[in-house]
Amino acid sequence: MVRAQVLVCGGTGCTSSGSQSIREEFEKQIENYGLQDEVKVVKTGCFGLCSLGPVVIVYPDGTFYSRVKKENVEEIVSEHLLKGRVVERLVYKDVDEISKGKIDHVSLSDTNFYKAQKRVALRNCGVINPENIDEYIAMDGYAALGKALTEMTPEQVIKEISDSGLRGRGGGGFPTGKKWSFTAAQKADQKYVVCNADEGDPGAFMDRSVLEGDPHAVLEAMAICGYATGASEGYIYVRAEYPIAVKRLKIAIKQAREYGLLGKNIFNSGFDFDIFVRLGAGAFVCGEETALMTSIEGKRGEPRPRPPYPAVKGLFGKPTTENNVETFANVPQIILKGAEFFNSMGTEKSKGTKVFALGGKINNTGLVEVPMGTTLRQIVEDIGGGIPNGKKFKAAQTGGPSGGCIPASMIDIQIDYDNLVSQGAMMGSGGMIIMDEDTCMVDIAKFFLNFTVDESCGKCTPCRVGTRRLYEILEKITSGNGTLDDLDKMEKLCYYIKDNALCGLGQTAPNPVLSTYKRFREEYIAHVVDKKCPAGVCKKLLTISIDADKCRGCTACARTCPVGAISGTVRKPHYIDQSKCIKCGACMEKCHFGAISRK
Amino acid sequence: MKSLAELQAIKERMQPKVVLREGGNEIRVAVGMATCGIAAGARPVLNEFVKDVQEEHLSDKVMVTQTGCIGICQYEPVVEVFQSGKEKVTYVKMTPEKAKEVVESHLKNGQVVEKYTITHAQNTL
Repeated sequence: MVRAQVLVCGGTGCTSSGSQSIREEFEKQIENYGLQDEVKVVKTGCFGLCSLGPVVIVYPDGTFYSRVKKENVEEIVSEHLLKGRVVERLVYKDVDEISKGKIDHVSLSDTNFYKAQKRVALRNCGVINPENIDEYIAMDGYAALGKALTEMTPEQVIKEISDSGLRGRGGGGFPTGKKWSFTAAQKADQKYVVCNADEGDPGAFMDRSVLEGDPHAVLEAMAICGYATGASEGYIYVRAEYPIAVKRLKIAIKQAREYGLLGKNIFNSGFDFDIFVRLGAGAFVCGEETALMTSIEGKRGEPRPRPPYPAVKGLFGKPTTENNVETFANVPQIILKGAEFFNSMGTEKSKGTKVFALGGKINNTGLVEVPMGTTLRQIVEDIGGGIPNGKKFKAAQTGGPSGGCIPASMIDIQIDYDNLVSQGAMMGSGGMIIMDEDTCMVDIAKFFLNFTVDESCGKCTPCRVGTRRLYEILEKITSGNGTLDDLDKMEKLCYYIKDNALCGLGQTAPNPVLSTYKRFREEYIAHVVDKKCPAGVCKKLLTISIDADKCRGCTACARTCPVGAISGTVRKPHYIDQSKCIKCGACMEKCHFGAISRK
Repeated sequence: MKSLAELQAIKERMQPKVVLREGGNEIRVAVGMATCGIAAGARPVLNEFVKDVQEEHLSDKVMVTQTGCIGICQYEPVVEVFQSGKEKVTYVKMTPEKAKEVVESHLKNGQVVEKYTITHAQNTL
C-alpha cells in the first residue's frame, strides 16, 4: 500500500534545472531503503514556483522542498520518508511568516505564494502525472465531456459557457460562448475547432504549463466545443519550441483514442471527434488567428483581413472556432460544476480566474492563478513576495509586446479586462513583467518594439516600415540625439500604425511606446532635454567619472579598463577620457574607494 | 469508451492513488517513526493504518503521516491522532492488530479505544 507520494516537477523550468536526475535519484534511494512498496514517485507538470526549482512535494503532508540537489535526496528519503522527520533545512520558507515566528515550516498550501491563488485552469498542474490518463480521470477528467454528450444539447452547452461569463484568455477577451454560438449557427458539411497554443509573448508560459501539466483538459474541452458547435475535427497549433508540451500532447491524444474518448461514437452518443497536432516554427504573427489557420493549411503564416471571421470562413475555408489553451482549460470545470461556479469568481465583466506568468524584478518568479479583480498589489507583494534587494516597485508590464505599463501609483488597481484597457494596458495572454526603480521605461519600450520589428511578417506597410521607423526614433532618443520634435513625431507615428496596420500584431505594436510615454513622460523628456537616463540604463547617456578627492591613485581601474581610457600616475588622482570610454563599468567594480560613479 | 459507467469505474479504481494529494485534513494520524519507533516495529503499524484507511474509504478525511520521536521511547510504537476541536489521543505500544481496531472504532466510528491509550497504560502501571 502506498502511504506517501513524492511529486517531482517535470515542467520545462524544473527539467532544465535537473529535475529528471532528482527523480531518478529518488527512485534509487527509495529502493535502497526498501520503501518501494510504500512510497511512489510521480512526475507532474509545473507547480508554478519556477524560480525555486527543482521542486519536490511530499504527500500526504504536503511538505514543499525547493531547490533540491541530487545530494539532498538520500537525506530526504532516510529522514522524511523513512523516519518521518521533515528536513526543515531544505523546506521552502515563506519569509515573513517565519520571521513573525508563527510557524517553523510551511506545507505548500500554506505559503503566501499559494494562499491567495485560486486554481481552476491550473487545478491539475503539479498534482497529476500528465502522461497518465487514469490520473486525469481520477480527478473527474472526461466527466464533463460525458455529461455534455449524454445529458446536454449543444445549445445547453453553449448557454452554460455563455452564462459563465468566460472570455478569451489569449488577449482579446471576446466572450467564449458568443464565439461558439457564431460557429454553431453556420451550416456546413465540415467545421473545425482550433486550439491556439502559439504562445509568443516574451516571458509568457501559461499555456505551455497547462499543456505540460494537464494536456487532457485541453483535449476534453476541444471535444466539448466540437459537440457544441458541430465540428468533428480539432487542430492544436503548438510551437515546436515546446518539446515537452508537444510530447505530452501526443501521448495524451494516443491515450484518449485508446479509451475511445476521441474517435467515433464517443460515449455511444453518435458524436465523432478527433484531434491533430500541428507544429509552428515560432513566428509571433502565427498567434494571430487568421495567420495561425493559414499556417495550419500549410501556407506561409500571414494574416488576412477580417471579416469574414473564422466562425464563417476559417480553417480550409470552413466555419471554425478558435480558442486559446487557457480558455479551453476552464471549459470542463464550467460544464461539470455549472456556470454559477465560474461566474461567482471575478468582477462584474470579467469572470473566473486568470493565470499570469510572473517575471522580471520579483522574488517569486513563476506561474500564478488568481481570481479576476485581484489587485496588482496582492500579486506583487503577497504572491510575488515583493521586489528583490529592497528596491522600489516602479511598474508592471502586462500584455507583452501588445500591452502597456501600470505605474506604481496605480498598484491598487483591480486586475480585469476592462480596468487594464482603461489604463492603456491590456490583459494579453498573461505575461506580467515587474519592473523596479532601476528600469528605464524608454529602454523597455525599445525592447518590445525591437521584438515586433523582428516579428513583423511584412505583409502590410504600416507594420513593416512603421515599426522600424518608430524603433529608430527610440534608438535616437536613447543615444542622446533626440529632440522634442522627435517625441511629437513618435506619438503621431504610433497612432498612424494603430489605425492602419492589417492585424492585431501591428495595431497593438505601438502600445508599449504610447503607454510608457503617457505614464513616464518625464523620463522621455529627461532623455531628450537633459540628455540623461534617470534609471541609469541607457549607456550612451551615462558619464563615468572619477572623484579626484576620493581617488588614491592605486591604478586598479586603469589596469582593468579594456579600452585604455583611464590614465594617471601612481598615487595621483586618475581621470577618464570620455571619448574613449565605452561605459562598461568595469572600473567601478574594481575601485576599492568608491571614487568612481556613473551618472 | 461507450458509457459513463466505464469512466466511473476507472475513476474509482484510480482515486485511492491520487487522493493522498488532496489531503484529508479532518483527522491526522501520526505514527512515530524515529529510530526507536522503527526498532519497536512502527513500520508494520504505519502500513496497516495506510491500508485500512484506504480500504475503509476514509482517505478523504483521514491523513496518515509519520512523525519523529516524541520522547516516550519506552512506549513505542506510538501513534497520535489529531482531530480539530478535540483533544489529541495518544496510543502506545501499537501493533498492526491494534491499529486495525483503532481504524474501525476510532477513525470510523469516533470511539476512542481507551485500553491502548497512554492514559490507560500509565494508570495500570
